Amino acid sequence: MSAPGSENVLEVRDLTVGYRTPRGRVRALRDVNLDIPRGKVVGIVGESGCGKSTLLGAIIGLLDANAEVESGSIRFDGRDLLRLPEKDMRALRGDRISMIFQDPMTTLNPVLSIGTQMTDIQYRSKAGTADKRKRSAAMLERVGIPDAANRLANFPHQFSGGMRQRIAIAMALQSEPDLLIADEPTTALDATLEVQILQRLRELQQSLQCSILFISHHLGVIAELCDEVSVMYAGEVVEQGSVRDIFHNARHPYARKLLECDPARIAEKTANLPTIPGDIPDLVALPEGCIFQARCEQATARCASEVPARHRVGPGHSAACHLLAEAGADA
Amino acid sequence: MPDLLQVEDLQVRFRVKSGLAALMARGATHIDAVCGVSFAVREGETFALVGESGSGKTTLALAVAGLVEAQAGSIRFEGKELRGLSDSAFKPYRRHIAMMFQDPIGSLSPRLSIRSLITEPFKIHGLTDRDLDAEARRLLAMVGLPADFAGRYPHQLSGGQARRVGVARALALDPKLIVADEPTAGLDVSVQGEVLNLLARLQGELGVSILIITHNLSVVRHTTDRMAIMYLGRFVERGPTDEIFARPRHPYTLALLSANPKPDPDAVLDAVELKGEVPSLLERPQGCEFHPRCPFVQAHCRTAAPAWTQQGADHRLTCHFPVEERKLAS
Repeated sequence: MSAPGSENVLEVRDLTVGYRTPRGRVRALRDVNLDIPRGKVVGIVGESGCGKSTLLGAIIGLLDANAEVESGSIRFDGRDLLRLPEKDMRALRGDRISMIFQDPMTTLNPVLSIGTQMTDIQYRSKAGTADKRKRSAAMLERVGIPDAANRLANFPHQFSGGMRQRIAIAMALQSEPDLLIADEPTTALDATLEVQILQRLRELQQSLQCSILFISHHLGVIAELCDEVSVMYAGEVVEQGSVRDIFHNARHPYARKLLECDPARIAEKTANLPTIPGDIPDLVALPEGCIFQARCEQATARCASEVPARHRVGPGHSAACHLLAEAGADA
Repeated sequence: MPDLLQVEDLQVRFRVKSGLAALMARGATHIDAVCGVSFAVREGETFALVGESGSGKTTLALAVAGLVEAQAGSIRFEGKELRGLSDSAFKPYRRHIAMMFQDPIGSLSPRLSIRSLITEPFKIHGLTDRDLDAEARRLLAMVGLPADFAGRYPHQLSGGQARRVGVARALALDPKLIVADEPTAGLDVSVQGEVLNLLARLQGELGVSILIITHNLSVVRHTTDRMAIMYLGRFVERGPTDEIFARPRHPYTLALLSANPKPDPDAVLDAVELKGEVPSLLERPQGCEFHPRCPFVQAHCRTAAPAWTQQGADHRLTCHFPVEERKLAS
């Protein structure tokens, strides 16, 4: 649980999700817990197959057809999103919970002008079209699109990739949502644009006081933008804490390894970069014990037989590793 | 070390097609994707091409590999001119210039086994006397994959394994130069290290030169000897990697290097902000082509194009007012 007194906009509890496949059940998420405090940016890091996309899909109610939520809850504003009727979920999506995707090219409809798309998504509002267009132009100004009122008449192909992602952000934030889910929103952009858009996103987040769940594989971006970070591996959250806890004092061996592997972190020039030997375990036939033990340099006999509990290692900082129990951290 | 590849004043233009494309071109008939680029890759070194989308990196690499026609300039490989060669005349050089493509799985035919994929180069070049099973084993061992991978198919590989197959395929004919287009894009950091270490190890063992295209500046810093930064199809700066990272002289290089957030929440991101966005290749700015975005622009830059000037032994750039000592926090 998060520290007392903090108010969470979203609370994921013991979430377990599997996919039915011809090979058997893929156990994509297992007992995932995640809090998103109001007004904070929470980052998720982890490599391919760690379950980031499944977690997002479960939160926003857009899991693939062969997915099955086996247990757990996702509480948003006192309601469990997993048990919400589709009609109520639709009312939340795009209003109180909105999302920006990785690819700004496919987010926008190519045959409608930006102005039409931005007024269409205000269908819940009773305001007239002129007011809606005015609101849209104001939002575009806020994300840094010059001459916004005139550019409402333009179509997506008349904007560059960076501008399109700004438009996607404007559309997502127009309803002033409580929670914005951002799935690698700057991955498709060049470095100089990425930085501009991150700074803009941070400013908007602070002025609107919304929370952001931010997914990225770029550790530098996570460090720059996020307040709290969860590290996922093979369907489990292995460590979570403040951005400083994770980047300066990671306790789980996987989290430490992942950070070490980032060449941006290595000051001395080297032709021999760190790696994590081995592969992610098969999520159809899970190994006994700790999920990371096959690749962990510090694994002991206990790791092969017993699933580690989550140990609290500091305020709001926890990690799931047997080494921490032995080191005396309380569970 | 002697130069293996010498590229001089290379120009690649694409004809703007009729219809919609011509309409968008507003009268322009060609796009200059690469205009007047010069560099050399020495034996056994790694040279990086850096730049943002649309700057011409991939076009330049494809021209070097003979996969795109260059209209002017020269590409000399071991002193022999490659530009203008017919496909059949170029074929012997393809043995020496191997290509690693961006999409690791997409560049492998899904219907061929790994054995067929990595031994295909022998068949293409008519080396039928080779024992292909032995070659497949040798290549798999070289890139650190188990011998039983020979019987697998591309869809059974992870991203990192597919890259290794790409490396094996590129190395099959003992090339002298590997052209690697974004060899680690889309890979997780832990796997990215494996692929880069593998290339570095093979370079040490085989002495092969590598021309690498990447937008990952941390990768450039660690794995390359020299680098060039491209903008709108031209080099804006070229020199030893260490020197450029320590003292970027062109404002665009400075902006690019400073726009790389560090994995440290306490680091202050001191990004040099660029104005606007990359202009269209159809409407190149007058004077210095970078001037509309340059944070240090002066009146002279708007009218006169800067020359490709020497700034030290092996360091060149195109800028009227190179950035003085402004160090990037490393």
